[in-house]
Amino acid sequence: MEHIRLPKVENVRLLDRVSPRRSRVGTLYLTATHSIFVESEAGGRSETWVLHTLVCSVDRQAASASGCPLLIHCKNFQILHFSIPREQDCQDVHLSLQRLSQPERYEELYCFSYKPNVDDEERRREWAFVDLQADFSRMGLPNAQWKLSPVNQHYKVSDTYPAELFVPDSAAAPVLVGSSKFRSRGRFPALSYYSKENHAAICRSSQPLSGFSARCLEDEQMLEAILRSNPRSDFMYVVDTRPKLNAIANRAAGKGYENEDNYSNIKFQFMGIENIHVMRNSQQKMLEVCELRSPSMSDFLEGLESSGWLKHIKAVLDTGVFIAKAVAEGISVLVHCSDGWDRTAQVCSVACVLLDPYYRTLKGLMVLIEKDWISFGHKFTQRCNHLAGDPKEVSPIVDQFLECVWQLMEQFPCAFEYNENLLITVHSHIYSCQFGNFIGNNQRERRELRVHEKTHSLWSYLWTNRAEFINPLYRQNHSQSQGLLRPSTAPYCFKFWRGLYNRFDRGMHPRQSVEDYLRLIREETQQLEEQLDSHKQKIAELEQEQEWSDAQKAAVFDQSSTARALGENLALANTPQDYTGGLLASTPGAADGPLILAPQDPDRTADPSLSNGSDPESGIADVSCRSPLSEDSARDPESDEAVYSAA
Amino acid sequence: MEFSDHIKTANVEDVVLRQPLHPPSRGTLCVTGHHLLFSDREEGSSRQVLLLLRNIDAIEKRTPGSSGTITIKCKDLRVLQLDIPGMEQCLNIAQSIETLSCLDNVSEMYPFFYRPNDLSLREQWGLSTPEKHYTQIKELHRKWRLSSVNKTYSVCPSYPPVVIVPKGIDDETLKKVAKFRQGGRFPVLCYYHRKNGMVIMRSSQPLTGANKKRCKEDELLLQVVIEDSDKGFIIDTRSGQQVQQARMTGGGFESKSCYSHWKRLHKQMERGKALQESLIKLVEACGDESHNVDRWLSKLENSKWLSHVQTALSAAGLLVECVERDGHSALVHGYEGTDCTLLICTLAQLIMDPSCRTLEGFLALLDREWLQAGHPFQQRCAHSAYSHARLQQESPIFLLLLDCVWQLWRQFPLALGFSETLLLRLANEVYASDYGTFLCNNDQERCALEVKDRTHCLFQALLRPPERDYYSNPLYEPNELAIWPSVHPQSLQLWRGFFLRWTQQARHLEAVQEEIRSMVIEWHRVTQR
Repeated sequence: MEHIRLPKVENVRLLDRVSPRRSRVGTLYLTATHSIFVESEAGGRSETWVLHTLVCSVDRQAASASGCPLLIHCKNFQILHFSIPREQDCQDVHLSLQRLSQPERYEELYCFSYKPNVDDEERRREWAFVDLQADFSRMGLPNAQWKLSPVNQHYKVSDTYPAELFVPDSAAAPVLVGSSKFRSRGRFPALSYYSKENHAAICRSSQPLSGFSARCLEDEQMLEAILRSNPRSDFMYVVDTRPKLNAIANRAAGKGYENEDNYSNIKFQFMGIENIHVMRNSQQKMLEVCELRSPSMSDFLEGLESSGWLKHIKAVLDTGVFIAKAVAEGISVLVHCSDGWDRTAQVCSVACVLLDPYYRTLKGLMVLIEKDWISFGHKFTQRCNHLAGDPKEVSPIVDQFLECVWQLMEQFPCAFEYNENLLITVHSHIYSCQFGNFIGNNQRERRELRVHEKTHSLWSYLWTNRAEFINPLYRQNHSQSQGLLRPSTAPYCFKFWRGLYNRFDRGMHPRQSVEDYLRLIREETQQLEEQLDSHKQKIAELEQEQEWSDAQKAAVFDQSSTARALGENLALANTPQDYTGGLLASTPGAADGPLILAPQDPDRTADPSLSNGSDPESGIADVSCRSPLSEDSARDPESDEAVYSAA
Repeated sequence: MEFSDHIKTANVEDVVLRQPLHPPSRGTLCVTGHHLLFSDREEGSSRQVLLLLRNIDAIEKRTPGSSGTITIKCKDLRVLQLDIPGMEQCLNIAQSIETLSCLDNVSEMYPFFYRPNDLSLREQWGLSTPEKHYTQIKELHRKWRLSSVNKTYSVCPSYPPVVIVPKGIDDETLKKVAKFRQGGRFPVLCYYHRKNGMVIMRSSQPLTGANKKRCKEDELLLQVVIEDSDKGFIIDTRSGQQVQQARMTGGGFESKSCYSHWKRLHKQMERGKALQESLIKLVEACGDESHNVDRWLSKLENSKWLSHVQTALSAAGLLVECVERDGHSALVHGYEGTDCTLLICTLAQLIMDPSCRTLEGFLALLDREWLQAGHPFQQRCAHSAYSHARLQQESPIFLLLLDCVWQLWRQFPLALGFSETLLLRLANEVYASDYGTFLCNNDQERCALEVKDRTHCLFQALLRPPERDYYSNPLYEPNELAIWPSVHPQSLQLWRGFFLRWTQQARHLEAVQEEIRSMVIEWHRVTQR
């Protein structure tokens, strides 16, 4: 609390990013965990909650007559534009938020103060909900070829690896230790995925410390052991996800990549995924494009192209496809990048989604993230900027994984049990620090922080609320859903993910949701079929009692839920946009304003904003400011309608 | 007929057909006056591929050695390849295709020969005319009338014989107005907004010319339309600069001084050659097989197709704002008033008027606003994106309409009574069809060739029971409100179902629509029990 210089500011304006005339006036409160904006007029109906941990940057802009602007960018891509009447207040809020949004110690993170009403027993069940050992059992492990190794029990061999790892049965402890000494951060090759159908495996590691000529017998034996644990294949792939140039540059630092001559029967392959710095800059550029106030189509497409973002997404997916295909053909793969916790995590998990329908289920995705990201030590603290730290360590690596899954969902709409909303919610909570799952960089740190005793698990929260995350089009037995997904990676298959990056610009989204409609009719269909069954049963009983006519009266079905939902859809449809870009000042009564071009006036006719017409700002569309992370925020289903009638 | 003169080789055996999404197959190729027929003779299958020659946009032939290969690029964007044994046969076939696929004589085209058993030529033709439209809207009768001034097509060759005009304006006045408008396209009513009694009219540009000619009758006609209201809007689909230039060639605009109660809004829209080139570039981009995302995005941007979609939707949005939100009547025109004008009038009606959003309502809207209103289909759709022929009057403005409607459907998936499959079907039919609907350039030409008596009507065929079900949107929920589209670049998407139709991607999306349909059918079955 000591960081809050000013707990409350009145007469704050929350500006609509797309259309400034739709601003709201209210009071801004700063609490220990959230900023809360309460709109004055609407009788407390509209509240905007923003978690401090979700704030990415706070910027003050030059004061104007209408107040001092304060721009807040959030890690979930929400942008809040406040205008605060007094400069001093603005400065205080700015400084408070800057400190609050950059915790210096883990203990300051929201998950350590988030206390839902759950007892310890319940909390233990929460954390037991996702069980990695169960997933390995599902894969058929341990078996004759693969064993659970205790070598990293006390994080002595690799402090960023989990304690329990699957390794080839033939790899003795000295081989593991020897191999680990030859790999960055001791991250020796360990199993990520095993196909029980054909015995092919995906293993992951960091780069070898090969320099220009170094060799390591144990490392060579380790790869040999992986190859031999797949008896039907006489070679294996080693996939280095980096561009070749980067890998060569690493040799000068005593690191590098495997020399095909030193390892028997490996096929070595570079993949060309760029490093964290390139990815960070690329996303930044793309977000700038998303933020443009009223870009033309060309501005948008050019900006998207020059950001390079989709190119990088394609590189990750291409690599995932390469690995998945190899495994499907029965060939084992060892994957690494530099440290083996960024690109390696991405491509191993993408390959898993492609290979195994289980990871396309709700529970399966949780297990997958737990396995390849949390357990194998993706550095969430640095990459997601949970604690104030080096900005050069921040990178949207996990965003790219979620986006790859989304791109696949777009191609195979019936193959995934979960929906886009799940990916977006997971994304939010990776950054929000409301749950303990993504706190710390590896298992060792999480144990030290006693995350399981002090915080709660996102997975059980998602599972409890799973109705929101289920894709009504999911068909387990659909031809699309079976076995290996074979996506097209032609450039035109990669789309801009509006649902995530422009998530809070509601005016840009479809006004009616097919998914909601289908979910409703599916629920109703199920419900009615159940009712029907029970009625049939009742009728059968009653018929025996010869009271047939009474039963008929009871057989009236309730259709109201669907009717309600459709009513909401109607309201949603009625949200006009602004197509004029200022051509048509639609204030009633004032409509006689400067509406027309005087054709005699060459200066005005040459004005591009008047003549090219490509200036589509959304006038009335509402930007939702409700924090999805707060249970307290009021639902405001009528806001669109209210705004429309007010206009 | 003389078709046989163009067919030197009618049958070839042992031809290999390669087409997207199918394995190559071997069989017999047959050329007829209007079709290419391929019959598979692999064991256990009797697949046939029947292709209207009219659907062929371009062919490329290669004759290495003693055999030949013909690549056929269709107007529906499909690309087929035929491997034909024998160089001479290959050249003969290619020659026949080249000649027969672009016959100029309309009455030799296939619709005049298409005689399915289950259709009679005596059935009703078309869905809507201005007369019918007028009869349906009783509220119109107080201030508007039907005029037969054009019954011999002498006042305006591209208008239908009967049009809806203000009651206070007699036929003599109309004739004078027609002389003042390009192609005689004087302002006529196309839409009446029941909610507030406002209307949309359309016309061509006024012929004010360099010395600012005036026409009292034209000014009177427009004045009469807004007499109870303070003003009306003119939406000109050209830029302020373009309308000034138009005066130099005899065209022009309604100046403020002569039409004091009309406010002009300029919304420049691309048309003609520029639009055709845009389509060509986009289709080329979609066929690019290099795996380079940057190149794809750059080509997509460079084609400008999505910009045209954005402009068309925002022009329509502007028109709807004038009528629905501001409560004023509007007149729409550009140059001839046969292209962009029709595009935005159609879109505006879909946005505002729920009765246009049913399957039948939409087809009737197309009938009124495109066929009756004289969009020159024959000129605009002679060739599509692959043709090597020199461009003349081709322009995919109707395709742009379908794309815009698709965008509306994406944004309001429950609000339209028809499905994407209908839009795809129309996109095919407009370029090559068994039906006479899209033949000719206007009503006059269609009458002269007796199209309505000698061909079948596509719209009627689409409304027969099995087709009607197939083309309906299973999720449709009637909705009285305006459906305001978002025109943010982020909200508009490439119409994959059309432009990438022959890829696996599009197949997956079709499968999804099937799933949705079966879910809804199941729901109906249960709720109605």
